[in-house]
Amino acid sequence: MSALSLGSASGRRVRAGRRSGVGVTRPGIVWAVPATVFFLLFALLPLVLVAVLSFTSWDGVGAPTFNGLDNWTKLLHDPVMTQSIWLTLVLTVAGVVVQTPVSILLGVWAAGHQRNRAVLSAIFFIPLLLSATAISVVWRAILDPNFGLPSQMQWLFGDGNLMGDQSGAIAVLTFVGMWQWTPMHALLYQGGARAIPQVLYQAASIDGAGKVRQFLHITLPQLRNTMITSVILMLVGGLTTFDTVLILTQGGPGTDTTNSAFYMYQQAFKSFDFGSGSAIALVLVVVATLISLAVVRLSGYDKMRSTSEGL
Amino acid sequence: MRRRPNYLAGLGSLVWLVVVGFPLYVLLISTFRTRASYSSEGPLSFPEHLTLQNYFDDFSNGFGQDFLNTLIVTVSVVAIVLLVVPPLAYAIVRARGRTISTVFRIFLLGLAIPAQAVIVPMFYVISKAGLYDQLIGVILPTAAFCLPVCTLVLTGAMRDITNELYEAMAMDGATPWRVFWQLVVPLSKGGLSSVVVFSALQAWNGFLFPLILTQSESTKVITLGLYNFQTEHGVDVPGLTSAVVLSMLPIFIVYLFARRALVQGLMGVGGK
Repeated sequence: MSALSLGSASGRRVRAGRRSGVGVTRPGIVWAVPATVFFLLFALLPLVLVAVLSFTSWDGVGAPTFNGLDNWTKLLHDPVMTQSIWLTLVLTVAGVVVQTPVSILLGVWAAGHQRNRAVLSAIFFIPLLLSATAISVVWRAILDPNFGLPSQMQWLFGDGNLMGDQSGAIAVLTFVGMWQWTPMHALLYQGGARAIPQVLYQAASIDGAGKVRQFLHITLPQLRNTMITSVILMLVGGLTTFDTVLILTQGGPGTDTTNSAFYMYQQAFKSFDFGSGSAIALVLVVVATLISLAVVRLSGYDKMRSTSEGL
Repeated sequence: MRRRPNYLAGLGSLVWLVVVGFPLYVLLISTFRTRASYSSEGPLSFPEHLTLQNYFDDFSNGFGQDFLNTLIVTVSVVAIVLLVVPPLAYAIVRARGRTISTVFRIFLLGLAIPAQAVIVPMFYVISKAGLYDQLIGVILPTAAFCLPVCTLVLTGAMRDITNELYEAMAMDGATPWRVFWQLVVPLSKGGLSSVVVFSALQAWNGFLFPLILTQSESTKVITLGLYNFQTEHGVDVPGLTSAVVLSMLPIFIVYLFARRALVQGLMGVGGK
C-alpha cells in the first residue's frame, strides 16, 4: 500500500516536471492583482485625472465644470507662469551641475578603504535621515538675517539678507538642495564605484597611471550608467522642487523664486483655481517624462543594460 | 598593493565634513539653549547654561499627538506595502506571459511620476472618497507612491533565488503558495528589510500629502507640525530645533541598527 502510493506520487512528480519544461509551478497573474489595483487607484488614476481637471474650472468644493481651453490660454498669457518655467529650469540645471561633481567625488571616496572612512561616512549620510521639511526649517533658522549666522559673520554674508534678492535666493535653494540630496547620489556612486573590477586599476597602475588619471580614465567611464540614473533622479527631483521653496522662500521675494511646482500649489490650494493648478501639473509631468526618456535614449542606456549586468 | 594616502581626497572629505557637520552642530546645540541665549549669544557659541526645557515644551505644545499620528501613518504604510508588494514581486519574477510584463512596465513607469504632479487630483480623489482630513487619506496615497521603488528592490532580491531551488520545490509538488512562503519569503529577507525601511522613511518624512490632505490638529503629522511651528513661532529656534531632533530620533535609531537595510533600500533605484 505504502509502496503503491509512493510510486504514484513519484509518477506525478515526473509528469509535472516534463510538462512545464523546467519543471516548476508558476504563480498566476492573481498574485499581482492587489498591488496593481491599488497602484492604479491611487497613482495612475490621479495622473489621468490631472489631464481631465486641466480642462475644468473647480474651486475645490462642489463639482468641476468643463471650461475647454480657458486654463491653458490663461496660463499662456500669464507672465508668472512663463517666469516659473524659466526658474524651474535654472534651479534644475543648477542642481545637476552642483550636485553631480560633489556626489561623484564623495561616492568614489566612500567606496575606498581609507582609515576613518566608516566613521566619516556615517556622519556624511546623516542628511538622508532628515525630512526635507526638517532640513528646510533648520536652514531657514540658520540663515535668518537677524538671529542666524549672517548676523554673526558679516565678513562672509554682507548685509545678511541672503534671500532678499533673486540670485541670492536661487543660490540658497541650490545650496540647501545640495546639502539635502548629495548624500543619496553619493550612495549611488559608491555602489557604482564598488562594482568596478579592481583588475582595471591594477592594470593601470602597472602601466604607471596616477590616481588622477585612473579616476579620469577608469572610474568616470565605468560610472556612466550610475551617472545616468543619478542625473535622471536629479532632473525629475529638480523639476518638482517644492518643499524647500515653500519653507525657505515662499516663492519670494515677490515671485522671484516661484517655480512651477510652487506656482501649481499656489494656484490650486491658495487661489482655489484647481483647473489652472492641474494644467501646470500636466506640463510638469510631460516635461519630466520627456526629459527622462530623452536622457535614456541619448545615452543609449536602454541598449547598455545587458553589458552593465554582465559586469 | 600598498596605496599612497590621497591627500586631495582627505582634504575634500574634510571640507564636506564641515559642510555637513556645521548645521548639525547648530541644530543639536541650539536644542539645549534657552530662547534668550539663542538671540543674545548667537547660534554658534557653546551655551553657558544647558537646558532640557525645550524638549518638555515641545510635548506641551502637542508634539506627542503629532508623533502618534506619524507613527500610525508609518506603521500602516509599511503594512500595506508588505501586504501587496511581495506577491507582486513574486509574480513578476516567476509568472510568464505578456500581462505580467505589462504590469511590471506600469510600475517602472510609476518611478517617474512625481508626487508633486498629482497633488491636485489626489485632493479630488481623497475628498470625493470622503477621506479628507483623516489619517487613512494620507496613508493610501503615501503607500501607493512607495510601490514602484519597493517593487524594483524586491524583484531584484527575488531574482537572486536560483532556479534549482524552485525546481527542487516543484519536485515535492509544492503549490505557488507554499513556494512563496517556504522559499521566496525566507530567501528575500534582505530585500524585504530594505523595503520596510524605505517605505517607513517615506511615510515618516512625508510632507506633501499631509499638507494638502489634512488640516486639523488631531490629524497633524510631525513634518506638518514643524512647518506650522516655523510659520507661527519662527523666532523660537530652540523650540523648533528640539522638535526636529525629536522627529529624527526614531530614524536615527533605525540607522544605528539597520544601516545596511537602509542604505540598500535607498540604493534600490540605481544600485542593482
